[in-house]
Amino acid sequence: MPQPIFPHLVFDVAHLLAGAMVLISLMMLYQGRLNALIKVFALQAVALAASVAWQAQAQHAPHLYVTAVIAIAFKGVVIPVALHRMVARLGIHRQVETALATGPTMLAGIGLVALALVVMLPVTATSDPLAREDLAFALSVVLLGLLMMVTRRNAVSQIIGFMSLENGLILAAAGARGMPLVVEISVAFSVLIAFIVIGVFLFRIRERFDTVDVDALDRFRGGRA
Amino acid sequence: MSFATGLPSSIGVLLATPALAAALLAPWSHPRSGAWINVAACAVSFLAALGLLVQRPEAGPYILVDDLNIVFVILNTFVALTTAVFSATYISHELETGRLTPANLRIYHAMYQVLLFGMTLALVSNNLGVMWVSIEVATLSTVLMVGLYRTPEAIEAAWKYFMLGSVGIALALFGTILIYMAAQPVVGEGQDGMVWTVLVTRVQEFDPALLNLAFVFLLLGYGTKVGLAPLNAWLPDAHAEGPTPISAVLSGLLLNVALYAVLRFKLLLALNPGALAPGPLLMGMGLASLLIAGAMLYRRRDIKRLFAYSSIEHMGLIAFAFGIGGPIANFAGLLHMVMHSLTKSAIFFAVGHAVQVKGTQKLSDIRGLTTSHPLLGWSLVVGVLAIAGLPPGGVFMSEFLLVTSTFATPFPLMLLAVPLVVGLLIAFGALMLKLSGIAFGAPSPGTAPVKASYGPMLLHLALVLIAGLYLPGPLVTWFQHVAKLLG
Repeated sequence: MPQPIFPHLVFDVAHLLAGAMVLISLMMLYQGRLNALIKVFALQAVALAASVAWQAQAQHAPHLYVTAVIAIAFKGVVIPVALHRMVARLGIHRQVETALATGPTMLAGIGLVALALVVMLPVTATSDPLAREDLAFALSVVLLGLLMMVTRRNAVSQIIGFMSLENGLILAAAGARGMPLVVEISVAFSVLIAFIVIGVFLFRIRERFDTVDVDALDRFRGGRA
Repeated sequence: MSFATGLPSSIGVLLATPALAAALLAPWSHPRSGAWINVAACAVSFLAALGLLVQRPEAGPYILVDDLNIVFVILNTFVALTTAVFSATYISHELETGRLTPANLRIYHAMYQVLLFGMTLALVSNNLGVMWVSIEVATLSTVLMVGLYRTPEAIEAAWKYFMLGSVGIALALFGTILIYMAAQPVVGEGQDGMVWTVLVTRVQEFDPALLNLAFVFLLLGYGTKVGLAPLNAWLPDAHAEGPTPISAVLSGLLLNVALYAVLRFKLLLALNPGALAPGPLLMGMGLASLLIAGAMLYRRRDIKRLFAYSSIEHMGLIAFAFGIGGPIANFAGLLHMVMHSLTKSAIFFAVGHAVQVKGTQKLSDIRGLTTSHPLLGWSLVVGVLAIAGLPPGGVFMSEFLLVTSTFATPFPLMLLAVPLVVGLLIAFGALMLKLSGIAFGAPSPGTAPVKASYGPMLLHLALVLIAGLYLPGPLVTWFQHVAKLLG
């Protein structure tokens, strides 16, 4: 049997795709406009789908293809289209207000990626290298998603932050070889996002405030003190 | 399922009832009869939970009923039943005043059952993944209920709850994945790596570093749902802005379910000799919650927020007790959890009545209840005295046990009794201060009699007082047994 040309191909491609997700997370941090942010998010969903599909192939786990299809169809197409329409209807497509300037946010993001690597790599030294690198990247995506939720003031971008965080979780779950219930978990998350966020909240918030800026909610803090 | 007898098994009924009731109530357009269907479904669940005592199913890959979770399941279904009775009368008042529409109530009743289903499944699941999904379901259903009034405040509370709750649930999932990663080299790929009963027997061989990291994520994740400081920001808002029965269920039940999840993982870690001791983390977060929430009690102006902070304080106490560990502190923690659930839901029932007659949640506008509504006012006095830890309430007994067991620990640890007692006193002072205004003095306007039923409130208070004076022997033995299991 001839020697394969790329002996580490399985690992390299998984690495590339997971790394791409981290890169896209960092790209999201500096997107000023909502429409651009939604497009970058869709790109991450595509990277997630590719990554999960690659894991499905590498682990011979056909059920993971379902997760990949959910990722690309739901988060790559349905959600971005819905968000675009919503943003247009609400007339908030121009600017994203951030609590922190781009520079410090990016620095914090780089710091978080470093933190994720420092925390995960020593701990998982004995694990399967494929899962190990995936887990470190996944934690980076999770932390960057959290950072985005913290630094954005706008409800739509907070939701995108949450969905990107969730992309990281799906990446981690797909990377853990043979983990049961991955498909169920990705379905549960899709339901979470679809039902609550899109269906109920934004319409109610819009109804009441004509804005989806979470700052507007702060004005109504009754009886806080 | 007990195929041999042909009768449906308790566990099957326990899980199927809320699921079927939710499906029935979602399209049910008549709110008043819907409320009583809700009560009936809760009653069936409670009976099924009692049935678990007699007929316990074998542990399967998904379902596990053991001595620990049976306590939680019975407590949960009992408080859910009494709250449903309270809710039935409370809701008809809300309909009359037009705060809620029949369409709102369809969501409300269906979600009540979905919540019950999620909590029960989380408690009896033998699988980490199933537990995670069911806690998510329970969270989702409460988010919808918190936002039910659709006022700006309610929407803000629901939004905040949703965001923080989702982050918590996401961190918990990451922790769950890490546990699986730790288990996988030992127990092999697939199903087994997420089954409690398998994990518990093999955990000594897991990689301790990975377990530690997993526990940190799980503690932060599920700890957010318990309302432990510093992750408690959602809790007061969610309690204050949702319908009062939901405040009672959140405080009395959902917080316990999240705590149960933390306890399970604590047990797992305790079995691995190389892993970090989970106790100090729980003790730290517990004490912080106690002190912060105690101090926050003083400046509350909203009655439901006041008691929400008191819930944070008590969850802190319970976490502290389980953090100390050992048979006595664990016993105190278990007893405190049960007593807190019963007392706090009774207080929320009383608060619900008071808010409806006074038409406001502002503390400054709810005064002199003992004069205008003697039974309600004095019940609230009894409830608040009990939750503040005065004898003969059951909370006194558990707090007393907790303080003495802290003193009984070895030297540096026993110093923690000082902040513990200080925290208890701070909270006690705040509650007394607020209580004197609510209960005594010239009554504020709003003296119409309460139409809703006092039954659930009086039943809970009676149970708490009886438990303070006399705990039945079998119950004590059971709790001692469970306390030993908790290590």
